[in-house]
Amino acid sequence: MENEKSKFDHIKGWAVDADSRNEPTYPMKKYTGDDHQRLNYTRPYQQPRNVEVLHSNERPGLTAVFGTSVPPSGLSGKVRRYAFNYSEGSFGHWLPLLLADRINVAEGIIDDFRKGVIPNILSEKGWKAEWKYNRKGLVQKVLVTAAVTVVVIGLLRKGNANG
Amino acid sequence: MNYRGPFRVRADRDKPYPEILHPGDAIVRVTRSCICGSDLHLYHGLVPDTRVGMTFGHEFTGVVVETGSLVEKLKPGDHVLVPFNIACGVCPFCKQELYGNCHESNAEATAVGGIFGYSHTAGGYDGGQAEYVRVPYADVGPVVIPPEMDPDDAVLLTDVLPTGYQAAEMGGIKIGDTVVVFGAGPVGIMAAKCAWLFGAGRVIVIDHLEYRLDFVRNYAQCEAYNFRSLEDPVLFLKKTTGDYGADVCIDAVGCEAAGSAMQTITGRKMLLQAGSATALYWAINSVKKGGIVSIVGVYGPTFNFVPIGNVVNKGITIRANQTSVKRLLPKLISHIQSGYINPKAIVTHRVPLEEVADAYHIFSSKLDNCIKPVLIPPSAYI
Repeated sequence: MENEKSKFDHIKGWAVDADSRNEPTYPMKKYTGDDHQRLNYTRPYQQPRNVEVLHSNERPGLTAVFGTSVPPSGLSGKVRRYAFNYSEGSFGHWLPLLLADRINVAEGIIDDFRKGVIPNILSEKGWKAEWKYNRKGLVQKVLVTAAVTVVVIGLLRKGNANG
Repeated sequence: MNYRGPFRVRADRDKPYPEILHPGDAIVRVTRSCICGSDLHLYHGLVPDTRVGMTFGHEFTGVVVETGSLVEKLKPGDHVLVPFNIACGVCPFCKQELYGNCHESNAEATAVGGIFGYSHTAGGYDGGQAEYVRVPYADVGPVVIPPEMDPDDAVLLTDVLPTGYQAAEMGGIKIGDTVVVFGAGPVGIMAAKCAWLFGAGRVIVIDHLEYRLDFVRNYAQCEAYNFRSLEDPVLFLKKTTGDYGADVCIDAVGCEAAGSAMQTITGRKMLLQAGSATALYWAINSVKKGGIVSIVGVYGPTFNFVPIGNVVNKGITIRANQTSVKRLLPKLISHIQSGYINPKAIVTHRVPLEEVADAYHIFSSKLDNCIKPVLIPPSAYI
């Protein structure tokens, strides 16, 4: 150990937390003698529910506190409610949630317009930073997108003319 | 900060001021918040139940402005660092100091506890990339920042440093061990640095971005290799560790790993698995028989293509968890004060909160040699 220590003198704090008991390392189960009662703890005060909160069907009711960030709404909300019929181990839970997220993006744009906000998608995507730090890449992307668009439109027109 | 969909965020002024919703809550005025590599999984649309209108941000510090009637340990004016876990402190898992697994903070899933600003799968809480934030269980998580501590050090104690430290700790590193860290992002950098504190004899970091490899070599005094320049990273690691493999491998990448076309297409592009598990795949195959693989990279909740047969055949121990930040804070504050770790050195970008969209794009696209961006709200005075 002393030889090892001198070898690593250049590294501040080398082995300061070395502990021969660190196996198989944290977290070790802490036995309290009444583990069979593990779920019989005094639950914290319950946060009142004033918005819709979906909860996993793997637990009864809500946790003592919960987030209220964006309650489910609209079509995406319906899909999310459906998803929560399934357990966390099921694709029936997670795949509808991913679908709901995509629906929610369209709902967000509609909601913006409803509130009189025109979403500045280029700004939201951080294109100002792209212009500042990756101008060449941005120009390339724009040119490639434009070229692909022109080719696709050309092919469609040709198809229509032939049809 | 307002999430509008994959790769789209903006700064909005019309989100309501947070309220005390539970007598154990506090309202905190944010002074610093970071963008975490894990936030990028949300930003890229990979985490289920990430709803449009959410505010991200699970790494933040702030000044307490209001407390609920049950809060005893904090008072208005306290400058606190807030661990990313929302933990009740009394359930069986919190009693075991598994604050990342609290049973009373996330109604929407049981596998993970509540996390600030991390989708509804982690509880549906708004996060700290804002001017004000609601902090539940204010007597449990938040810690008053020591007066002499730099605010940038403090904000890195809310996730990045403890996660890197716990990654090394879960590796069960013994004196002289060879440790391989996959990923040279902020957490991988900290894991490499902390591996030395447990007595590692050799620390190797694998990534594919040269600027991050340069950074980790200097910051963590380790070897660092670009897997793009290696024909086979697993074979290289076997050869460089005496043909046996590393004693400990750490996955500090998670669900957006590059390096395997199959994993990238099925995991990141088609979402047919819970993210690409390339780093984990390499970790399992690069560790020695009987070795330990420590996972702190974030994965989704569904299945992944991982070589579980090799785990069995090699007798590997796998350790993994969300970090129990609160448990580690006293030790890590002491390590910063002793000069063993200098977390703020990884902060490369300080960005006004109003420019959050640019900050996300810079971090996500690895522009301007970005290692760690910190957002400063307009109301922050420090």
